[in-house]
Amino acid sequence: MLSYALRRLLLLVPVFFAISAIVFLIIHLVPGDPLDSLARIGSSPEQKQAIAARYGLDKPLLEQYFLWLGRLLQGDLGTAIVLRRPVADLVAQSLPYSLALGGLALLFSSVFGILAGLVAAIYKETRIDQGIMAGILFGSTLPSFWLGLLLILIFAVQLGWFPVSGARNWTALVLPVLTIGLGGTALVARVTRTAMLETAQKDFVLLLHAKGLPALRIQLRHVLRHALMPVVTILGLRIGWILGGAVTVEFVFARPGLGTLLIRGLNQHDYPVVQACLLMLAMAVMLGTLIGDLAQAAMDPRVRSALQ
Amino acid sequence: MALLAVRDLSIDIAGIKPLDGIGFAVDKGEILGIVGESGSGKSLTALTVMGLLPLIGGRVARGSIRFDGTELTTLPEPDFRRLRGRRIAFITQNPMTSLDPVMRVGAQIDQVSRLHLGLDAKAAQARSIALMERLRLPSAATVYHHYPHQLSGGMKQRIVIAMALAADPDLIIADEPTTALDVTIQAQIVQLLVELVRDRGVALILITHDMGVVAQACDRVVVLYAGRVAESHGVQAIFAAPRHPYTQALIRCIPRDGMAPGSLAGIPGSVPSVANYPAGCRFHPRCDRAGAPCAATVPPLEHLPSGAEVACHFAETREVANA
Repeated sequence: MLSYALRRLLLLVPVFFAISAIVFLIIHLVPGDPLDSLARIGSSPEQKQAIAARYGLDKPLLEQYFLWLGRLLQGDLGTAIVLRRPVADLVAQSLPYSLALGGLALLFSSVFGILAGLVAAIYKETRIDQGIMAGILFGSTLPSFWLGLLLILIFAVQLGWFPVSGARNWTALVLPVLTIGLGGTALVARVTRTAMLETAQKDFVLLLHAKGLPALRIQLRHVLRHALMPVVTILGLRIGWILGGAVTVEFVFARPGLGTLLIRGLNQHDYPVVQACLLMLAMAVMLGTLIGDLAQAAMDPRVRSALQ
Repeated sequence: MALLAVRDLSIDIAGIKPLDGIGFAVDKGEILGIVGESGSGKSLTALTVMGLLPLIGGRVARGSIRFDGTELTTLPEPDFRRLRGRRIAFITQNPMTSLDPVMRVGAQIDQVSRLHLGLDAKAAQARSIALMERLRLPSAATVYHHYPHQLSGGMKQRIVIAMALAADPDLIIADEPTTALDVTIQAQIVQLLVELVRDRGVALILITHDMGVVAQACDRVVVLYAGRVAESHGVQAIFAAPRHPYTQALIRCIPRDGMAPGSLAGIPGSVPSVANYPAGCRFHPRCDRAGAPCAATVPPLEHLPSGAEVACHFAETREVANA
């Protein structure tokens, strides 16, 4: 198990280099360049040239990449061109907000998704199941930016329970967590329910009934245990997805965070900022997948044996 | 009074009736074979006696199942649950898929004695390991901690049998316990089951499609065809003088020493699906002896003085007592 984890971590190294190249180059596909925002209107070509030289933007792209990569490997994310501050500081400032939002949203969708799926599966084909499934269908079709605005309208503007925007205290987290978490809850609930119903058809479950075990204990101790395996994989994939998906939600709620930083960087053609944010999100996806796979191996002895 | 007596049992699953008035009895120390091709209703019979029909959306429509004086068809589920695994145990068809793949096999055996006999973890483990040794599982104390995927098919089936024995049941229902196993292992498992019945005096219902297994192990046989009893009798008598054309055909399907190559018989056609049961005798479209009444009238199950039961308009009439 430990050697498997180490091997998987090692495998991330080449992936990291591939991602770094994509992250570095992709911003150059966006029309416009940072000199437009940096240089005053009416600056002479010579002045622009000087600015470009200061940030190393006059060098060939390949050389820029290797310079960037070299600094990156030393932990130096560069200096923001427009904001004129170390990118590492900007990221360090934003990351906790994103992690709090993403982490809570993930927790919310795990707990309520698994619970809803479990109840729907136990009461399959009854009113309870139909009610839950209808709610899930509704929840999974709402786009998060629209849901966010709707929640703001109802709970912040009309009822005044939570702040409209910002991140002053924990109450400001409630609506964004709900906005991101509800979609995930629907997904997790659906996967849990389907996996439970599928597992319930298996021969070994029939034999558990034949052994005289109480039905609820079979559902909770055996069927749910199996159903959680696909759920855990999905939750792992969502770790990265939620940080990335938080981008629009942070924007809607005007929260500081990686998403807000990324959008600001994009608008200003602030290459180092955009590159650092994209790199963070890509690494979150990589780590999320890894965590999902490791959890899978921890839960299933068959997977562990296959690894040896 | 037999330990288990099933009378005139019909079941209903979503409006269809896959079992139609079947009956049989089995007593302690006795092995009853239930034989028939796939689709004849053997496994459903097992599920019905175990009270597990509701799991697949079925119910008992008519008839009675009496177990040691208790009527099972009307027994409330909580009481039935205490019977299951405790007094009536089940051995499933496919040991490959019958164990929980993420639970150690020992713990799966422990579950039964802890639940029904109230043993603590330590006592349950000792009991399970003793049972595994009894079932000739090599290095039982080690295998106890293994996961199912680390065991061979024959070992898994022994674990399933150990689970069935863990609470000292009075009746064991084994649904094709050897079908999924290698031929060499098949004989061992059947031998093991026979020994258990003889040693412990339990009643065993052995469901199989293999007349060879019946000949090797059973005392009595019930031949099912398309959800009805075709014939039932003592095993020696039925092999010596099968009365029903279907039984005769099944016996012709057993390979024997000295057979000419290519001479092994089959039964043409297949069991009709429950939605397409023919009128009259359900076997008549495949029967080489079918006559005028067969397509029109259901042959009644006749009880003969020898103890045989047969449902055929043109049954063999030669009487042979069960030796």
